[in-house]
Amino acid sequence: MKTRQDNGWRGGWLVLTTCAAWLVSGCSTVTQVGTMVGQATGVVSADQAESINKSAAAVEKTFQDITPEQEYYIGRAVTATVLSTYKPFDHEKANAYLNLLGQTVAQFSPKPETFGGYHFLLLDSDEVNAFAAPGGLITISRGMVRCCQTEDELVAVLAHEVSHVNLQHGLKAIKKGRLTSALTTLGLAAGQTLAGSELAQVTQAFEGSISDITTTMMNNGYARTTEYEADRGAVAIMKRLGYDPSALVTMLERMKTRLKPDGHDFAKTHPSPDARIAELRKALGTFTPPPVAAARQQRFEQAMGGI
Amino acid sequence: MKERSQRWLSASLLAVATAVLAAGPVAMSVQVKNAQMRATPSFLGAMVAPLNYGDRLQVVEQQGDWAKVTTPDGKTGWVHNSALTKKKIAMSAGDASAQTAASTDEMALAGKGFNAAVEADFRARNQQVDFTWVDRMERLKVTPEQMEKFLKEGGIVVNEGGKP
Repeated sequence: MKTRQDNGWRGGWLVLTTCAAWLVSGCSTVTQVGTMVGQATGVVSADQAESINKSAAAVEKTFQDITPEQEYYIGRAVTATVLSTYKPFDHEKANAYLNLLGQTVAQFSPKPETFGGYHFLLLDSDEVNAFAAPGGLITISRGMVRCCQTEDELVAVLAHEVSHVNLQHGLKAIKKGRLTSALTTLGLAAGQTLAGSELAQVTQAFEGSISDITTTMMNNGYARTTEYEADRGAVAIMKRLGYDPSALVTMLERMKTRLKPDGHDFAKTHPSPDARIAELRKALGTFTPPPVAAARQQRFEQAMGGI
Repeated sequence: MKERSQRWLSASLLAVATAVLAAGPVAMSVQVKNAQMRATPSFLGAMVAPLNYGDRLQVVEQQGDWAKVTTPDGKTGWVHNSALTKKKIAMSAGDASAQTAASTDEMALAGKGFNAAVEADFRARNQQVDFTWVDRMERLKVTPEQMEKFLKEGGIVVNEGGKP
């Protein structure tokens, strides 16, 4: 008991010193102050704080200057980088079904049109993993598909990833200031084709952006709130499309049994399935699940059964 | 008192006139590589005409997330709002408007910033990063007919009220 009191006091003292430090240094956003206090009191880790700050900072002007066309090129390089770590699963029938399902999901999302459109590919990996690159290139591991026993459950996984694209979570992982130098170069070179050192400078900002996004997606994970936001987006898409949104809960229940505590996948990058389910219950509300046609289950098993 | 009410009346008439003008057609540009103009405000609607990046359209009506547009050659149909931007898109650096495109909020220069040239430079510097499968992914396309058949066969009834 004494120790707890001590900890409580130490936490309060840290908040005070943090606030004092902020007064001196002049933190630029409310989010940054919040995350500093959160870090000091041990509510959020340094990584999570960094992630929250990045998300908030991303709303700034430089971020708005990323056109859908630029988002497309970022997404291509992010996916190529993912595919240099994970091998694609070259299975025509399964990938065709995945695209039929995924592209339909995307069309009924809040942002159905992206520069190059939504495209899906299976990864030949037993890990439970999925990556949503900016612009709509989405890759999903065989291990993730194995968490799904129905088409509705696979739709839930795809709708979550499509939501990440809709909400531009990948772009928001780009570190603040990363694009400023590139945009200055572009301002100077407006109306001309980039070459030489100017092209090199923009490519450097591009490389850095790709690295920020892939590090977040593959190693650090987004903030918990970001994942909950994608789950809520998935529920909305499923309701609109006429799939059963509670399939996201049953999929997460199965994922829970398949995640290894030391796994380098969703076990590391996502909030626990239990935490996600608890949040989801708030978004689901009362909803009567639509009936599942036998043909739906049959085509799911035909395409994904052997995965 | 009378004078004041007259002034108020003319002011409100001016406001109405402005509102009517504002409700007229609005010019917008296609901000995606390829889009489709459809007969009805739905992705399952029949395709009327293909649209290309930078195409300038007149928006004559809004219905939910869909815009009814007309093309310069007089075709009319529906496009999802996410395919459109208010900005005018200058298609090449050679355009007279391109000089200002990179620095104003009303204009966007196609191919500005992260573009094919930057990707080529990135690929030259990172040869272990292979784009073969990225290109293959982009070729995996589903037609609206395939989509409609897929929904029908699966017994999926799209929630009309929530249709994008």
